[in-house]
Amino acid sequence: MDYTFLQNYWWFLISLLGALLVFLMFVQGGQSLVYSVGKEDSEFKLLLGSLARKWEWTFTTLVTFGGAFFASFPLFYSTSFGGAYWVWMIILFSFIVQAVSFEFIYKKNNLLGNATYKFFLFYNGLIAPIFIGVAVSTFFFGAEFVVDKSNIANIGNPVISQWTTAWHGIEAVWGGTTTFHLWNLVLGLAVFFLVRMLGALYFINNIAHEKISERSRRQVLINGVAFLLLFVPYLVKLLVKDGWTEQADGTITVVAYKYLHSLLNNWLLILILLIGVAGVLYGFVCGALCLTSRRGIWFAGIGVVLVVLVLLMLAGIDGSAYYPSLTDANSSLTVHNSSSSMFTLKTMSIVSLIIPFVFAYIWAVWRKMDK
Amino acid sequence: MDLSLIDWSRAQFALTAMFHWLFVPLTLGLGLIMAIYETIYVRTGDEKWKKLTKFWMKLFGVNFAIGVATGIILEFEFGTNWSNYSYFVGDIFGAPLAIEGILAFFLEATFIGVMYFGWEKFGKRFHLASTWLAVIGATLSAWWILVANAWMQYPAGMDFNPDTARNELTDFMAVAFSPVAINKIFHTVTSSWVLGAAFVVGICGWYLLKRRELEFSRRSIKVAAIVGIVGVLLAAHTGHGSAQKVAKHQPMKLAAMEGLYRGGSQADLVAIGVLRPDKQYDDEKDPFLFKIDVPLKGFLSWVSFGSADAFVPGINDIIEGGYPMHDGSTALSFDERVERGKTAQQALRDYRKAMKENDEASKIANKTLLDENMNHFGYGFLKDAKESIPPVGITFYSFHIMVLLGMYFIAFFVIIWFFNHKDMLSKMRWIQFIAVVSIPLAYITSEAGWVIAEVGRQPWTIQDVLPASYSVSNIPTASVKTTFFVFLAVFTALFIAEIKIMLRAIKNGPSYDEN
Repeated sequence: MDYTFLQNYWWFLISLLGALLVFLMFVQGGQSLVYSVGKEDSEFKLLLGSLARKWEWTFTTLVTFGGAFFASFPLFYSTSFGGAYWVWMIILFSFIVQAVSFEFIYKKNNLLGNATYKFFLFYNGLIAPIFIGVAVSTFFFGAEFVVDKSNIANIGNPVISQWTTAWHGIEAVWGGTTTFHLWNLVLGLAVFFLVRMLGALYFINNIAHEKISERSRRQVLINGVAFLLLFVPYLVKLLVKDGWTEQADGTITVVAYKYLHSLLNNWLLILILLIGVAGVLYGFVCGALCLTSRRGIWFAGIGVVLVVLVLLMLAGIDGSAYYPSLTDANSSLTVHNSSSSMFTLKTMSIVSLIIPFVFAYIWAVWRKMDK
Repeated sequence: MDLSLIDWSRAQFALTAMFHWLFVPLTLGLGLIMAIYETIYVRTGDEKWKKLTKFWMKLFGVNFAIGVATGIILEFEFGTNWSNYSYFVGDIFGAPLAIEGILAFFLEATFIGVMYFGWEKFGKRFHLASTWLAVIGATLSAWWILVANAWMQYPAGMDFNPDTARNELTDFMAVAFSPVAINKIFHTVTSSWVLGAAFVVGICGWYLLKRRELEFSRRSIKVAAIVGIVGVLLAAHTGHGSAQKVAKHQPMKLAAMEGLYRGGSQADLVAIGVLRPDKQYDDEKDPFLFKIDVPLKGFLSWVSFGSADAFVPGINDIIEGGYPMHDGSTALSFDERVERGKTAQQALRDYRKAMKENDEASKIANKTLLDENMNHFGYGFLKDAKESIPPVGITFYSFHIMVLLGMYFIAFFVIIWFFNHKDMLSKMRWIQFIAVVSIPLAYITSEAGWVIAEVGRQPWTIQDVLPASYSVSNIPTASVKTTFFVFLAVFTALFIAEIKIMLRAIKNGPSYDEN
């Protein structure tokens, strides 16, 4: 195992965790649908009770995603989290209120009232997917920062990663010196509609209730179409846009059609992407049009994991800078210049061998709980 | 760096950590007790133990949720508020956090689901195994975050790499199983058992005061008191271990814990005391307005180094240097360490310059200079000896409150166990009242332990390597202030909600669901 292999392996694991996180955000999608699919209190309880058995996996995947990113690419952790402060804080805040809401909502004497906790869940379902989508989009469209590792010994200005806009992350949504934020918003909204579609598919699969099922199928149709209308242009834009690329001497330059070339150079990614797209579309059709099928969540879920995996892989492989700097191209982060040391990656890789066992027991318990 | 930014960043981290620590020890302690209750149920088949388990599980769930909510922010705050730190030591510090997620969080999350929703879906034994796995998951999670924290107190298993300008992991076992980490883990987990036991005994004390749930309380206390005794004795033992590690690796923290400005051989341990608020390290005032020492000559020396004749340095000794260290060497003064720290930093700057100019000879020379002085790297950031002293008052009082309450809990659990065993507790109202009051005392003890660990480590985020003032993210102070007050408001509201829900559940009692 050489250093480059380990760096790419960890980029794959980060991409996989990110892909699983997007799939598991069907919980957030479900939360944002509670007011649309549920019409009376007994239906709310069914919907929230169903999601209550799954929310911790989403939450845990997010925490693990953060921990794994920190361990394998600490320079990203310090640059993005310490720079795009507000984007991450807004995301985290929405998860804080989510975690308690499932437990507190139907408890007596819960201080804020059931409606408040229900709103908290809706709020998390709205904010988290949009802002996570925006944050992921900056992997392709960049952010405004500079990195100088020598600054650690600079007594006057000891800051290694420096954000160069006063907006500290908000510019990714509202713009700043660029107009790229519109594409960030497109992906943010696409993720929002995607997880709503997944949430509706999950309800169809998990709750045997005629009205809930009927309303959920309508939501699959509405949100699925909205997702496709946003995501297809985003994907096309991605494939025709320039990308920041690390050259042999370590400098970073802009290359035309970078992501398209990376994709065309890798037949396996094309295959995975096609299977993923087919899965998402089949799941969508199962949920929206086949009135008897309840298995759409599995097709769409697997499809989402595969598509997001390919997208995140594209951001980092083949010399691409997965976190481009719009201020100073050479400050852009690549899997090579931002990873942990070889020893740390090797140690972590040994630990990562346990991941299949983790998946196995989660799968077994999930199946048993849903019976 | 803007001082108010550093202070607000510290305040935000302290706020989230202290709120988080209101919930974690109860998860660890009550989790263990609850798992023992369920084990007894499975072994005896007695439905009363099942009912009892389910009641405590209900309270566990309310507490667990808010623990999770406050925990997520802590992990990400390393990045959002301490970005320099995250890069400078992320190669080492990130690994325990990732392992925590992979090994512990999923175990905890998966089997807690079974614990709550699986009573009817799974067999008794599988359910019991799930409860234990959830508790083990929570404990493993604590294990890894404590490994990370212990490393900040005692950085080991690393090397500084000037090419990447950061510290890098060289020995994972030295980090994961450092003596400081092992001691910290056992001390923290066993003291959490004490808090869990005090929680159970306290609530049962309230039932007994109200003359209800007598049989339920007797059974609950039977297990909790034993867990409390075992926990507090182990916590006392590992606490002694902690003091020895602090004496060896963080002498300034120990000096602050004892309010010790001038040390020496046969140093005495303060039993109780009141510090002089205006005391400065460079004046000759008596640090205490009032104090009573433990009446054993050289007890602090013995506690710290296993010998009543050992030299324990005070704050002034550490600043002035020249005293004998535990490894036989002579301590450097603050000024000498600052000088060597600056030499290390200059060597790093020159090394980086040589890198850009491809000057191999200069690289080698500066790498040698850097290696020779790297142990003092962090001191190069400090300007005044005063900066190297942690807040003495907070550290001193927290330490003594923790120790005194720790001793109180030894007596408390022995007395509770004895009278419960004799079936006399239900008639002894004064003990029932003390049991109720002991719940907040257990929380004060637990929080005090963390205040000693974290405030006593100041000014460092990583002992001797990086001060807090050079660890922060460069974000506007107003942003940190805003998030501080948002978290303060939200956490306070959620904490009040948690207490209200718990109080209602306790008032309703274990039979409520059946009714």
